[in-house]
Amino acid sequence: MATITLSTNKLEQLKDVCKSFNNDKKELINVLHKAQGIFGYLPAELQEIIAKELNVSVAHVYGVVSFYSFFTMLPKGEHPISICLGTACYVRGAEKVIDEFKKHLQIKVGETTADGKFSLSCLRCVGACGLAPVVLVGDKVYGRVAPDGVKKILEEYS
Amino acid sequence: METIKLKIDGKDVTTAKGTTILKAAKEFGIHIPTLCYLHLEDLNIENKPAGCRVCVVEIEGRRNLAPACATDCTEGMVVNTHNIRVLNARKTVLELILSDHPTDCLVCAKNGTCELQTMAQEMGIRELHYQGEQSHYREDTSPAIIRDVDKCIMCRRCEMMCNEVQTVGALSAVNRGFMSVVAPAFEMNLDHSVCTYCGQCVAVCPTGALTEVDHTNNVIRALADPTKTVVVQTAPAVRAALGEEFGLPAGTLVTGKLTAALRRLGFNYIFDTDFAADLTIMEEGTELLSRLNRHLKGEKVPLPILTSCCPAWVNFFEHQFPEMMDIPSTARSPQQMFGAIAKTYFADKIGVKRENLVVVSVMPCLAKKYECQREEFATDGNPDVDFSISTRELAHLIKQSNIEFMSLPDEDFDNPLGESTGAGVIFGTTGGVIEAAVRTAYELQTGKKLENVDFKELRGMEYIREATIDFDGLPIHIGIAHGLGNARKLLQDIKDGKSHYHAIEIMACPGGCIGGGGQPLHHGDSSIIKARQKAIYEEDRNKTIRKSHENPYIIELYENFLGKPMSDKAHHLLHTHYFDKSKETTVE
Repeated sequence: MATITLSTNKLEQLKDVCKSFNNDKKELINVLHKAQGIFGYLPAELQEIIAKELNVSVAHVYGVVSFYSFFTMLPKGEHPISICLGTACYVRGAEKVIDEFKKHLQIKVGETTADGKFSLSCLRCVGACGLAPVVLVGDKVYGRVAPDGVKKILEEYS
Repeated sequence: METIKLKIDGKDVTTAKGTTILKAAKEFGIHIPTLCYLHLEDLNIENKPAGCRVCVVEIEGRRNLAPACATDCTEGMVVNTHNIRVLNARKTVLELILSDHPTDCLVCAKNGTCELQTMAQEMGIRELHYQGEQSHYREDTSPAIIRDVDKCIMCRRCEMMCNEVQTVGALSAVNRGFMSVVAPAFEMNLDHSVCTYCGQCVAVCPTGALTEVDHTNNVIRALADPTKTVVVQTAPAVRAALGEEFGLPAGTLVTGKLTAALRRLGFNYIFDTDFAADLTIMEEGTELLSRLNRHLKGEKVPLPILTSCCPAWVNFFEHQFPEMMDIPSTARSPQQMFGAIAKTYFADKIGVKRENLVVVSVMPCLAKKYECQREEFATDGNPDVDFSISTRELAHLIKQSNIEFMSLPDEDFDNPLGESTGAGVIFGTTGGVIEAAVRTAYELQTGKKLENVDFKELRGMEYIREATIDFDGLPIHIGIAHGLGNARKLLQDIKDGKSHYHAIEIMACPGGCIGGGGQPLHHGDSSIIKARQKAIYEEDRNKTIRKSHENPYIIELYENFLGKPMSDKAHHLLHTHYFDKSKETTVE
């Protein structure tokens, strides 16, 4: 199990995130979303702090984290790559795009490259079906990605 | 009240708006089978995730079958609960559940009391048509509860008990799809979680996914060992429920048969935890009066005092309210007081060495299994109480030993640790510990004799109760909570400085020990718990002595051994301290 020891600074940052949602337990998913945005992943220690701040059980927080494939307890790469596998993207060849990324990065879906630069994950529909197949690198959206365009995308971050 | 007319199985039915098909059918004598559904009427809590789909019914005009537990009746609805389409669907659903369930029923701890097994029997399942992947998880054994999650059918009753009723938060549904399961945070073992071992999850689990750690074999081995003297103590709530395991109606007192059965099992001394309950009152009552009188003198003392008999409750505040550990009484639970006295005073009396004396307890409780394993309750590694078995385990033991329970004569407990008062008996129900304490504290504080020992204002089943008892002009405010969710409310009030009570009784299980996690399974039927409560008060009424401080053997114990309540010796043997466990749950 990955554990981290939060610096006081980061701890305050996390508490501020909870506070920005009024420490409301109904906002758990939003808090987790934001926390993952800041820390890159949601290790157990982070979940325990969030549980305490929102006054819910750690088991419940873990239940939510483990339910949604978006959330991860493993550290992601500097540039997390997400490939949409929603229906539209899928029928337009997203799987071939995944294979291409796997080939170039030499990792499987859910893993991070040894240098910590890239990680690979899949998601279901980003709501941009008109651009299918869609790939996200960090917050940047790439539309109509063809397998032979993968190399070019990766070069942008090299 | 707005009513609705509908047809169920051809019958014209009128029911209140908002009633589910399941309930409306039940009102008219139609029993729709359920598996995940559980209704705790008294708590007004309903578990209806509509996950198992066993209760599906056909509603004319709808394309799909609907789960009866989670579908409200509507005007003019026509419902069929057992036509061929429904029956086939129900069988298919059940077979699919069984396709991902082990078929080791013959050697399963729940064999005979499993709701899934009963349903397969009732539905006439004779063949499993579906064979697919099965989910496998590692078994998780804690000091009190075993999780064998391969047998989990995701009814989520345990999750409801743990979170909504007890507000412990040890269990949650995790992961998704085929991998989904109920587990502690990070899928760690239960003993790394905030679990209190109250056992309410075990009490409602329909299958063998959650069971108690079985100590019957340890007991059998001890009984067979000629070098050991084996002493047994039985908790008050056991006598009000054990009969159910032998087909007697709920609320039948079987105290006499219980002692007879224990004697035939080969225990050398048949003693009563009620004796130790009387002892608890002497210590806890004295502590209450000491704190109260110092408070009246203007000293700053922690009040209210909280009872500390219930081990799940102790675990609860150690995990969740560590900043308030100075409030509960330091008195050990009756189980542990009994063990401490048995292995010192009594062992000396009969000339048996501590290590050759085995103390077994029969408890309505699973947390007691953990409690007797706590390090502070052992001397040089030898525990004060060696094994704690549940009411259910005792029933198994009796059945295994060819004892015909129903034809046993009524026998008595042995002396000196078997003599108890009515005050000791009522420890088994919510409100009982504090009533027992009041009976003694009143007389000690006022110096006057209580004419009427029945404090009806402290009795009942309401989840949070309060009463003010007049101590000869001094009003004593008392609070009572059962179910840890209700205890949490009273605790939060104390934390917020809003509590005006002098003393609060807390029991972790709904109903108190009579509704404990080790009792015969009541499948959510609260009338069973009420019947047991009635039996407890009946036993109290039948006792000649009903105040703990009048128990002659308690008086003798203080005269010959302990000195007086809260003496140094009493402190050493009968009191304890608590530990902050809030940090222990962090991931390794």
